[in-house]
Amino acid sequence: MHWGVVVFPGSCDDQDVHDCLNNVLRQKVEFLWHKDKLKGKIDCVVLPGGFSYGDYLRAGAMARFSPIMQGVIDFAQKGGLVLGICNGFQILCESGLLPGALTRNTQLQFVCRQVYLRLEESDTPFTCAGKKGQLLRLPVKHGDGCYYADPATLEKLRKNRQILFRYADSKGKSSESANPNGSLDHIAGVCNEGRNVFGLMPHPEDAGEKILGSEDGLKIFSSIIEACDPKEKKAWLG
Amino acid sequence: MAGLKRKESSPPSLSPEIIASHGLSEEEYQKIIKLLGREPNTTELGVFSVMWSEHCSYKSSKSFLKLLPTEGPAVLQGPGENAGIVDIGKGLVAVFKMESHNHPSFIEPYQGAATGVGGILRDIFTMGARPIASLNSLRFGSFDHPRTRYLLSGVVAGIGGYGNCIGVPTVGGELYFDESYNANILVNAFSLGIAKKDRIFKGKAKGAGNSLIYVGAKTGRDGIHGATMASESFSQQKATRRPTVQVGDPFTEKLLLEACLELMEKDFLVGIQDMGAAGLTSSSAEMAGRGGTGVELDLSRVPLREKGMTPYEILLSESQERMLLVVKKGSEEEAKRIFERWDLDAVVVGRVTKDRLFRASFDGGEVVRIPIAALTTEAPVYARPAERPQNHEEIQKLDLSKIDAPKDLGATLKTLLDSPNVASKRWVYRQYDQFVRSNTVVAPGADAAVIRIKGTEMGLALTVDGNSRYCYLDPYVGGILTVAEAARNLACVGARPLGLTDCLNFGSPENPSVMWQFSEVIHGMRDSCVALGVPVVSGNVSFYNETDGVPIYPTPTVGMVGLLPKLERYVTPWFKSAGDLVVLLGRNREELGGSEYLKVVHGLVRGTPPWIDLRLERAVQQCCLKAIERGMIRSAHDISEGGLAVALAECCVVGPEKPLGVKVELPEMMRPDARLFGESQSRIILSIKEKDLGRLKAIAEKEGVPVQILGQVGGSHFVIQPLIQLAVDELKSIWSNGLEKRLQ
Repeated sequence: MHWGVVVFPGSCDDQDVHDCLNNVLRQKVEFLWHKDKLKGKIDCVVLPGGFSYGDYLRAGAMARFSPIMQGVIDFAQKGGLVLGICNGFQILCESGLLPGALTRNTQLQFVCRQVYLRLEESDTPFTCAGKKGQLLRLPVKHGDGCYYADPATLEKLRKNRQILFRYADSKGKSSESANPNGSLDHIAGVCNEGRNVFGLMPHPEDAGEKILGSEDGLKIFSSIIEACDPKEKKAWLG
Repeated sequence: MAGLKRKESSPPSLSPEIIASHGLSEEEYQKIIKLLGREPNTTELGVFSVMWSEHCSYKSSKSFLKLLPTEGPAVLQGPGENAGIVDIGKGLVAVFKMESHNHPSFIEPYQGAATGVGGILRDIFTMGARPIASLNSLRFGSFDHPRTRYLLSGVVAGIGGYGNCIGVPTVGGELYFDESYNANILVNAFSLGIAKKDRIFKGKAKGAGNSLIYVGAKTGRDGIHGATMASESFSQQKATRRPTVQVGDPFTEKLLLEACLELMEKDFLVGIQDMGAAGLTSSSAEMAGRGGTGVELDLSRVPLREKGMTPYEILLSESQERMLLVVKKGSEEEAKRIFERWDLDAVVVGRVTKDRLFRASFDGGEVVRIPIAALTTEAPVYARPAERPQNHEEIQKLDLSKIDAPKDLGATLKTLLDSPNVASKRWVYRQYDQFVRSNTVVAPGADAAVIRIKGTEMGLALTVDGNSRYCYLDPYVGGILTVAEAARNLACVGARPLGLTDCLNFGSPENPSVMWQFSEVIHGMRDSCVALGVPVVSGNVSFYNETDGVPIYPTPTVGMVGLLPKLERYVTPWFKSAGDLVVLLGRNREELGGSEYLKVVHGLVRGTPPWIDLRLERAVQQCCLKAIERGMIRSAHDISEGGLAVALAECCVVGPEKPLGVKVELPEMMRPDARLFGESQSRIILSIKEKDLGRLKAIAEKEGVPVQILGQVGGSHFVIQPLIQLAVDELKSIWSNGLEKRLQ
């Protein structure tokens, strides 16, 4: 399949996503420049982490207006797969592709640490290679990762099973101390109603190799590969 | 600052007050007149004041720095450039440097520290290297001092704010608290980048007629005389220096970084230098100095942030995120297009000349005309008087017979693990992105950080170290130990040193005691570098770290970089499995002088620092490295502050998983507190599989290193028979929360 990784001014994890997909999973990856239009055959668009436009206003608030985002919004509305990681998640919320908002971490500090995520739903293109209840160990690194949604939206998220990951401890239990940013209902990642747009705060691309301490991040990328083309499944399983 | 009338022709004589306010002595002013053959105008005086400042000219330290060994098989660029370069093989080089940002960080901790990170990163990518890892070495006043928490929080947030936003991971560092830094904190920032060996760029202005292009942020009035400030001591009034601290913009620097690296793929870049301390003046003058050329600047073309700036202000501004490029004549438009793509200003502001003059014009009139040599090679060099401080003999006296060992040694261990200098620094490094660029193999909290080099089997290990208490008690020995500890930390992860960079933080060089400390430290570092085979490739000197005449402890900090040819063999400090044997390399001696224990438990900073035999040090490191290379080491940890007991406890608790217990026996050779908490050098705690003991002993014997079996990993308790028995979970909790609980 063909991946597009958007490069905003201030994107930091664009190369990490590229390397994880290309070097580890042998995928075809193309960088998409923020000033360009979205064109060509892309199966999945990734909005990477970083500080787009410096995030001096509100995380993701500027990026949603960039030329590439108009194309990404159209692509998503037509059912294309969009994955937003960290700053990418913030941009997806700002642009209305995902419900809710990411606010300042409750401890008011940037937080970088390893966390466990509990996989809540496996019937999405982003989680289909995993099992419900499975734990993934990934790093988080953000200042604005506290997910918030109003009660009606939260209710809808639960009802539609749009909460794909929650923060948990190593035994799979959610708790205050396992939650790195104070997010509502321990939410780490949500998808849209159409289940084709997904955003999460932790970084799967920085947990794609044993030497980096965890390969659990591959679960998310390989789900997408599996969802797009079942024939490729064998290739990445090696 | 005194304003300047435009287009001055023959300036009136400058008043002694103006000269003094520029930090220049009467003698220095006379030297300027001699070099110019006339009196300078105010703008020229400003140019001289920054270029001759201690910060830019190294006038007090130059003669000593020459003593340090700067050559080695891997060294491609030693001191004198933007950063040092070592060859790591496979056509790649590592570019690294450490720099201080002490004065600004004390005045405005967030921005001072942030711009320190920004500055060191520019030094790295200026040379064509993509920065891939940063470290920092921090010193704050006593934890009880009312400003310490404010300064610590601000500095850490500033380092994170800048490094996280620009996308360079902070993978390690060190942090100490001591009264000595109550009024002068230290913020030393280290960064490392990787470049292709055949794509290295230097700060040289070559080729008369080539264009000087200014790129990056616009010039404002911030930071004027930052270099001069860094060359003065503080007094109570100096808090009014706040306007001289620059404001960082990591987003602009991120664009600048990407644009410069893109430009460096082309073939028209001749030279490049960051506009750091003394801004446009030093970048252009230094490049011309190295290139044997001159420069001609048209200051009217410099992009300005505010109206009405004078040539004086434009030349001396230290606004951040700016670079000066030398590009081949005719390639200007192509260069500009790259920067336009990244939405950055790029303007031709001058050209390289043959005349070896520093010339600047403004609105059509010449405002500066100074021989380049007068600003660079002819800058004053001082052999300042140095004298051993009178109290030195007194502070080295330590009568152990008058100090009782504590009865409850377990409680003493807990006190040490809880003390801010020993406790986990998690509160700090959790605020830094440690993983971006997906290279981090060993994150903060180990003896050294380890990063992989993508596309190769290699890894690099990085560490920063310093122990100023040792340097205060004996600066010569302290200098030796600083370098030795850094190399030992690298050996513990399995890396052989390639080179080091240093920040030499001292009081005023005009104080003979400080100059003596400086000289002794340099001599110690030299001897250690020579014995351990580690060249110095870059560094910086920060004098005037004193307030109201009281200097800080002499504080050399060393950033050392080592190579792991096979990354997969890296080793971490924590115990891995129950049943493993715990082995000590090296020798225990009865040494308590300068120890963390004496300071924390008895409130004493006295005695002589631990003795070191550099041959044994080298042998211990070689033994550790060889054993790691042969795959028999499960964990390795250097013994430093807090001695054997603290190091053993760390082996149990610093790992990411549940802590493991240990049971060891220490033969009764000396008083128990020295046995547990003495800081004898050249010691490493290893854990190995029992079956590998014979092989380890064989290596140790060949290297001439004493090996002692201490005990075994396992159980839920930390046991040092017959002195200590504690639950290991309790130790983990104390160590983990020592710093954090004090900051909440």
